[in-house]
Amino acid sequence: MKLKHLTAGLAALAIASPIAVTTAQAYELTIPSLVYRTGPYAPGGIPFANGYADYFKLLQERDGGINGASINFIECETAYNTQQGVECYENTKGQGESKALVYQPLSTGITYQIIPKAAVDEIPIFTMGYGRTSAANGKVFPWIFNFPGTYWDAASGMVNYAAAIEGSAADLKDKTIALVYHNSAYGKEPIRTLEELSKKHGFKLELLPVDHPGQEQKATWLQIRRMNPDWVFMWGWGVMNQVAVKEASSVRYPMDRFIGNWWAGSEHDVLPAGEGANGYLSATFHAPGAEFPLHQEILEKVYDAGKGAGDRERVGEVLYNRGLIAAVWTVEAIRKGMEIKGSNEIVGKDVREGLEALDVTEERLAELGLPNFTYPVKMSCAVHSDPGTVLIQQWDAAGGDWKVIASGIEPDRDIIAPLIEADSAAYAAENNITPRDCN
Amino acid sequence: MSFLVETILSGLMAGVMYSLVALGFVLIFKASGIFNFAQGVMCLFAALTFAGIIEKTSLPWPIAFMLTVGVMVAVAWAVERFVLRHLVNQEPIILFMATIGLAYVLEGIGDIVWGSDVKVLDIGLPSGASDFMLDQFNIYIEKLEVFAALIAAVLVGFLAIFFQKTRIGRALRAVADDHQAALSVGISLQTIWVIVWSVAGFVALVAGTLWGTKSGVQFSLSLIALKALPVLILGGFTSIPGAIVGGLIIGVGEKLAEIYVGPMVGGAIENWFAYMLALAFLLVRPQGLFGERIIERV
Repeated sequence: MKLKHLTAGLAALAIASPIAVTTAQAYELTIPSLVYRTGPYAPGGIPFANGYADYFKLLQERDGGINGASINFIECETAYNTQQGVECYENTKGQGESKALVYQPLSTGITYQIIPKAAVDEIPIFTMGYGRTSAANGKVFPWIFNFPGTYWDAASGMVNYAAAIEGSAADLKDKTIALVYHNSAYGKEPIRTLEELSKKHGFKLELLPVDHPGQEQKATWLQIRRMNPDWVFMWGWGVMNQVAVKEASSVRYPMDRFIGNWWAGSEHDVLPAGEGANGYLSATFHAPGAEFPLHQEILEKVYDAGKGAGDRERVGEVLYNRGLIAAVWTVEAIRKGMEIKGSNEIVGKDVREGLEALDVTEERLAELGLPNFTYPVKMSCAVHSDPGTVLIQQWDAAGGDWKVIASGIEPDRDIIAPLIEADSAAYAAENNITPRDCN
Repeated sequence: MSFLVETILSGLMAGVMYSLVALGFVLIFKASGIFNFAQGVMCLFAALTFAGIIEKTSLPWPIAFMLTVGVMVAVAWAVERFVLRHLVNQEPIILFMATIGLAYVLEGIGDIVWGSDVKVLDIGLPSGASDFMLDQFNIYIEKLEVFAALIAAVLVGFLAIFFQKTRIGRALRAVADDHQAALSVGISLQTIWVIVWSVAGFVALVAGTLWGTKSGVQFSLSLIALKALPVLILGGFTSIPGAIVGGLIIGVGEKLAEIYVGPMVGGAIENWFAYMLALAFLLVRPQGLFGERIIERV
């Protein structure tokens, strides 16, 4: 009897084996994820990492991967430390069959370090809304993509929102805009654009740097109280955001005139200030909330199966959604790369091709379960950041959520395009790069 | 003129917040001669535990506070049992290095147990600007910082009595002067160290609670130690009043520098200005304003 069972079992195994072998031999796509779940910036790093991981988990659970290739998702902890980030890059870039396909460094410091490596290793870097702004010029930076918008788009969009509230761009004349910024390369990014815009519109720009980490900002907000600017813009990250929102509320600065950039507008930035944060504004490029079909699918297929990367109730937070859309665009580029190559056995340079041919329309977003979630994006050889359109969201303290109050805000391309051209040309000259011919 | 007054008052209040952190350093240095690198992380760990207990158990905050005091006493016991006991009579640099290790261990445990997310700590402490000062005199003062000043005054009074008037306080000072001599007259080094680390843990909890109320409890809280260092250099590592006065001088100095000098040199000077101020004092008075002058026979 036992022998009979054993024989039947062996026969079943023999039949099943080819399938098992086929599954094991499915081409494996290595997707490294540089995350920071520890350290002082973890509150921002965790939700982004969760959104990014959950989408790949959904694809693996629902579709068995991407176009028949399985996903080898590798998280590496950087603690938002540049050196650790570079180590993560070096440790993961050669892993798996495909080797690393694309990186999302989630840190301007790490991005600057791996920009030169990416071209040598032929792995594209997707710095979604951060990193080096002039990388938007694909002729000089063929391996770097920073769509859907740069810091300069954000700065310009914020100025244009202020103009709309004031009445028109002409009404910005003689107004004062104070920029409270993290005293780092990241925080200084918008200054050049704002200076140009200040010349164009005639507003006065006041610069107020805050040293890392930004736990103590009394002097900054005393100066704001004294100068009483018409608008305050903030380029902050980590504890700096929470303290700034609280200080602004304490000095009774009107919250509906205080706009953070898209890294200063998540739930944890406003919750410590309680009611005082009500009305605070921030730029963004996607909707908040978990009411989209894709979120529901993630909750059903990933979280209900106990495989979610984070807490169920935090699905739909601003930075979760940012990680999610980063993953969605990354996967669309992978699909496009497979389509161009005519095979699912792709490597980094194929994903780069896919990124340059990326065209995610509103119809495609709806198919993916994200209708009206963000703007359509369309890349090309020369354009690695598009469309640059800005949304403004506002914190509702009573409801405990963000609400989009303005959309479709276009940046001043006549100001930004020459700045990108000049900065990328300077980089090309410094690094002996001959810009590609994209014609 | 009112802006200058406002700046000075804000500096004084910010200085008190720095002093609260500096007090923990002073306590341990005074009683054991150890520069406790982990003091900033102890503030974080205590606040994280306090906020974590409230969040996970929904206990009333006074009970959560007492439980956290218990945790900090347990930390003090563990530090003595597993670290300090094995390092008696070692060079100060060895003890300092041990506290660096301790900082990383505590940070790691805090992360594993309570997670890395920002925790809102709202136990009903006053917050926001004082309406009275703002409306009557157009002067901005943060209510939380006024409350912190009161807490600091109470703490200093309590610690002064504890060190000067109690047997344990005198024993603490004896241990600080000479481990071997203290042992020879029957003072239990182990007990003294547990007590002093417990008191420093309590001070860390108070400082962590006040800073955590201000910005939310998060891992960057451990970096407030950087704000306490110039206070210690200026006030002296062994003086409790020095920690307070040093905090006030640093607080006012950095705010005046940031507001009146900062705009001329691009701003963001308050952090390094505090250290420069402390360094200037160090050159003139190496033991700090209130530190004990070291006289050795040669």
